[in-house]
Amino acid sequence: MIKKFVYSQKVAPYVFVLPFIFIFLIFWSYPLLNSFIMSFQDRMLGQDPKWIGEANYSKLLTDKVFLTAIKNSVVYMLGTLVLLIPFPMLFAVMINSKLMLGREFFKSSFFLPALTSVAVAGTIFRLTFGEMEGSLMNSFLGLFGVEPVKFLKDGEWSMAALLILACWRWTGVNMLYYLSGLKSIDNEYYEAASIDGASAWQKFKNITMPLLKPTTIYVTTISVYAGLAMFTESLMMFNGNNSPKNIGLTIVGYLYRQGIEKNKLGYAAAVGIVLLVIAMVINLTQLKFSGMFKKEED
Amino acid sequence: MGGSQSRNNLISRIVMICFFIILFVIIMIPFYAVTLSSFKPGESLIRYGLNLSLDFNIMSFDNFIYLFTGQHDYFTWFWNSMFVTIAQVVLTLFVSAFVAYGFAAYDFKGKNFLFICVLLIMMVPFEILLVPLYSLINDLHLVNSYSAIILPGIANAGTIFFFRQYLRSIPKEIIQSGRVDGANEYAIYFRLIMPIMKPSFAAMAILNGMNSWNNLLWPFMVLGDQSKFTLPIGLKTLLTPYGNNYDLLIVGSFFSIIPIFILFIAFQKYFIDGMTAGAVKG
Repeated sequence: MIKKFVYSQKVAPYVFVLPFIFIFLIFWSYPLLNSFIMSFQDRMLGQDPKWIGEANYSKLLTDKVFLTAIKNSVVYMLGTLVLLIPFPMLFAVMINSKLMLGREFFKSSFFLPALTSVAVAGTIFRLTFGEMEGSLMNSFLGLFGVEPVKFLKDGEWSMAALLILACWRWTGVNMLYYLSGLKSIDNEYYEAASIDGASAWQKFKNITMPLLKPTTIYVTTISVYAGLAMFTESLMMFNGNNSPKNIGLTIVGYLYRQGIEKNKLGYAAAVGIVLLVIAMVINLTQLKFSGMFKKEED
Repeated sequence: MGGSQSRNNLISRIVMICFFIILFVIIMIPFYAVTLSSFKPGESLIRYGLNLSLDFNIMSFDNFIYLFTGQHDYFTWFWNSMFVTIAQVVLTLFVSAFVAYGFAAYDFKGKNFLFICVLLIMMVPFEILLVPLYSLINDLHLVNSYSAIILPGIANAGTIFFFRQYLRSIPKEIIQSGRVDGANEYAIYFRLIMPIMKPSFAAMAILNGMNSWNNLLWPFMVLGDQSKFTLPIGLKTLLTPYGNNYDLLIVGSFFSIIPIFILFIAFQKYFIDGMTAGAVKG
């Protein structure tokens, strides 16, 4: 009887999606809901929570360290948008051009950094940006007569170091996204433009860029999330969550500091909710301006 | 006219190739520096930093000998990572593909709502759940167990999404013919559909495997016991505020990249399919 029920065509789809429903409820909805609740509580692991209303949020608003963390995360995110969208797009167009040789070779070798873990890549870059005169970056700057820099003790230099690490790891990946986007562009557009005597730049501006828009939207969306949620890169680069004057502190780093290191679960949950709101607002605005929603209404 | 055109083409070709060779060199420098440093004593790294000097006087295989014969936990971490990665990939793929088939093959009440839930998971950064998820794992007494790493991601939204896209291209006639032959719904999936999903399994195995092998933050939070550490956590613990074990760190980092590089060279196409899966419009 039960067997017949489970095997019926009506019930089978629910059996298939059941594991997802379980995981969704237990490991996603419940923690998310709990996060909202916790953010209104004073709570420590293994102790009874105390309801304190919006106190965590009003405390966050005046928390200078938190504002530093937001600033760092936002600057990092904007940096990745500026560096990791136009350049990979341009590289993809160049690699895709008929004049290019060794396409597969460059494609795969640019991808290699993405295979390294943050633990390994962060260590490498931490040492590359070491303060010694002989370390990689300082000896490079030395060629131009620049005095050795203490990169990871200076706010701007350490942000640059984090961005260089991001570029090193993700340029190849974003380039692949653009290459797969380029594949879907019909060659006829270019032929027609050539007949009309369009220059390479005009073709890029009027054909390639608009038709790559879906890829750009996708890459922007994931970059906004990844940029705002960055933490482990900074953790590895600064050898811990404590950087001088918090120059490397990110929003998630602060969440980690409050929630895990200081066991202030309620306060950390509020940080998480603020992060969620910032990420959602930026991405929904971005999607709205890029006309993503309009297209779906048609 | 034609001559100047082809000369221009030749020039742009040379410029472009030179440009990409320069980029290639820049991208390879960190790998080269790590490889070099893995042959140098850790002390030279502390004194001079990571650099490109090829000094045969100080270079030796000592670090490698230490890696393979020394007293340390590196290979415990290495095999732990292997175990977690394999377990996570097998379980995640099995469950996610099963779920994706439900979404792709049937129309049922609540399907759209559930699929929006899949998309929602993909839209919210996992990091905001760190604290409540940690306290949940604590309540479930799963701290320090590999289940804490594997379970929350077992029905992985991105993987479900990819499999569903892939399954939509499989003709429904296969399912119909299975039903005509009297096979039940699950037999149809396991005997008829799963075998033709092989290429998508390969792409997702590689993507999930890579993420799992490199995963740092969540395993670092839930695993407290040094004997259970995975490789990224172990490597991280070699850097401490009180002193760094560079001898093991650099050679260990170098050695941890190798399995992934070998896989990449062998299965390049699947890597790229897996990585670009999300960008393809559904």
